[in-house]
Amino acid sequence: MATAFSAPKFAAQPFTTISPTSQHKPLKIPTAASPFLGSTRKLLRLSSSSQLNLRRRSSGSVFAVSDVVKEKKPTPIPSLLITKEEGLELYEDMVLGRSFEDMCAQMYYRGKMFGFVHLYNGQEAVSTGFIKLLKQQDSVVSTYRDHVHALSKGVPARAVMSELFGKTTGCCRGQGGSMHMFSSEHNLIGGFAFIGEGIPVATGAAFTSKYKREVLKEADCDHVTLAFFGDGTCNNGQFFECLNMAALWKLPIVFVVENNLWAIGMSHLRATSDPQIYKKGPAFGMPGVHVDGMDVLKVREVAKEAIARARRGEGPTLVECETYRFRGHSLADPDELRDPTEKAHYAARDPITALKKYLIENNLSGEAELKAIDKKIDELLEDAVEFADESPLPPRSQLLENVFADPKGFGIGPDGRYRCEDPKFTQGTAHV
Amino acid sequence: MLATASQRILGQSFQNIRPAVSVLRSYSSAAKQITVREALNSALDEEMSADPKVFLMGEEVGEYQGAYKITKGLLEKYGPERVLDTPITEAGFTGIGVGAAYYGLKPVVEFMTFNFSMQAIDHIINSAAKSNYMSAGQISVPIVFRGPNGAAAGVGAQHSQCYASWYASCPGLKVLSPYNSEDARGLLKAAIRDPDPVVFLENELLYGESFPVSDEVLDSSFCLPIGKAKIEREGRDVTITAFSKLVGYALKAAEILEKDGIYAEVINLRSIRPLDRSTINASVRKTNRLITVEEGFPQHGVGAEICASVVEESFAYLDAPVERIAGADVPMPYAANLERLAVPQIEDIVRAAKRACYRSVPLAATA
Repeated sequence: MATAFSAPKFAAQPFTTISPTSQHKPLKIPTAASPFLGSTRKLLRLSSSSQLNLRRRSSGSVFAVSDVVKEKKPTPIPSLLITKEEGLELYEDMVLGRSFEDMCAQMYYRGKMFGFVHLYNGQEAVSTGFIKLLKQQDSVVSTYRDHVHALSKGVPARAVMSELFGKTTGCCRGQGGSMHMFSSEHNLIGGFAFIGEGIPVATGAAFTSKYKREVLKEADCDHVTLAFFGDGTCNNGQFFECLNMAALWKLPIVFVVENNLWAIGMSHLRATSDPQIYKKGPAFGMPGVHVDGMDVLKVREVAKEAIARARRGEGPTLVECETYRFRGHSLADPDELRDPTEKAHYAARDPITALKKYLIENNLSGEAELKAIDKKIDELLEDAVEFADESPLPPRSQLLENVFADPKGFGIGPDGRYRCEDPKFTQGTAHV
Repeated sequence: MLATASQRILGQSFQNIRPAVSVLRSYSSAAKQITVREALNSALDEEMSADPKVFLMGEEVGEYQGAYKITKGLLEKYGPERVLDTPITEAGFTGIGVGAAYYGLKPVVEFMTFNFSMQAIDHIINSAAKSNYMSAGQISVPIVFRGPNGAAAGVGAQHSQCYASWYASCPGLKVLSPYNSEDARGLLKAAIRDPDPVVFLENELLYGESFPVSDEVLDSSFCLPIGKAKIEREGRDVTITAFSKLVGYALKAAEILEKDGIYAEVINLRSIRPLDRSTINASVRKTNRLITVEEGFPQHGVGAEICASVVEESFAYLDAPVERIAGADVPMPYAANLERLAVPQIEDIVRAAKRACYRSVPLAATA
């Protein structure tokens, strides 16, 4: 079955992206002028900041959108990639992500948020493009840059904001923080501060899905897991260990690389012998796909295929999304090493602006409607901040709670009874 | 080769070969003897048949029947979906186990030795131990990490470290270390049923040793409580705490001391975290002297923690300084005579007991 994801096809064509056309859509984007023709060529040229390159690159991206528009005007409806409802859903989710992160920065500089805060500005297309295709029982495993993954998966903005403020009404009662967002209801497994730590855990979640279907005989269990991680992680041993095992056992997982070219201050090109990450998939027996992570529609098309593949039981896929973070690695990062022309180039490819343009030019929506969504999100966030502000801090008794699921793990007290049976136990200090 | 090994193991239990120690300790000729290996195997077998969510993963646990034959016969019985032979990827497969545990399965992850767990220690501590806390109770991790711990015979520095104190210092983990077959069965069953991550430290040299077990131990619902130590031998003059293989040494030392009129109370810790401070302190208040015995490195070890606990809670009851017996503060040497010097021996325990009872002059630089 020759799907667009057959591995040999990708090994032979390293410089083109998967075109959203596949076999079932008539819309053609001419590959010769594909905007992501040799994204690696772009990467290699970044060191020389020539004006000519800049213009070529930015014209390349504009070219893609206007090219789509040119094709569409004569034959309106059937060849669009999304419906109006889907379009508005995607727009709202990306605006929520962006505005939330901007609000986080504001709150951090006002002292309400503290510690390590890693913001997702600029990468919203990846989160929205993938997560909006999932069901509630599918899982998302993320890294410390997880606020927007949590929001896309359905965790309420109030809960995330309170968690960041360290209040007891947060999604983890203030015990996790920015880097450890967990929600069992929404199947969001945060939330790992260690690079590469989430990948084996995601593989385990996918393993559980397969185990439930095959051993526990829950016939309809086809839950898919998405593992999000960055370019720096792709040099870590655990990444390769999991590519091997996921392909070996054909687990229903999609490995999503958010390649934003920078790991704190380490450029991907300085750290990696072969910077084309998607090529590492076929080496382990799974398809490797490269996609423009600044375009939510392209990401969505690739995601549809990868998730469907996993659901059908065909195994894992490695998707490399070329994206960019507009802010520094974290709010404590002065972000001095990145070239301003590079930042400007990607700022011109802002995913929200691109989607807005697509919606308007294809008559899927109008300025007024989109502005109304912006306003709605603003109000939602104001409410979230107010809620978080007014929420109480965790009480002292919460310090010793939730260390164990079975609190007898605190052992036996001097009186011979289990410590946790003493009703005053959690009022004490941590000295046990 | 596998077939003859299994015959040998079966042969031992059927012929009721009794090591010298157990002759003293068997109370009726009807008491069954099983090896620690059989105890662990039967515990895994029973828990896997009782709960289909329990599965095993590790290197060589399936077709090879287990690197130390602990998982013998389980692949044939439960199939390759429940007994997984993994590639050599400790970090990867431990993380996979943790991810599966997040979603309600009950993995039993085997490390060929706990030395290899260092490649996966990030997942044991950060993904497993801390997750219930970080998620405020939303995600519990009912996983068991098991394997041989501590020194074996002539395996060198990288295969001989004891990890009890490292894992026991981390909140969110439970750390168990069985001594005999009863401990092995009861604690492993308790660990598998426990909703929290449990580090189960076995001992390679104990796998082949037989111990008598009562019918209650052989019952499939037998379970030992986590967090309770066992007083293996009652005494009144000095308390000796030990875990794993050294409980056997402590018991032999107690017999030797008895001839000199010193009646030692031997406590088998069973649970390193949570430590049964209540039993230890009650015993010290009775005997007024304490010796802690362990195989691991002395600094920041289990004995250090027990000593601190006793000093904090029972200081007025101590008649002598607490004696800590631990492995030598060196990486384990290979030469047989040096290795013997690097781990505690029965004579060291006897000497320490006599020092604690002021029956001998302390020598410098001895264990």
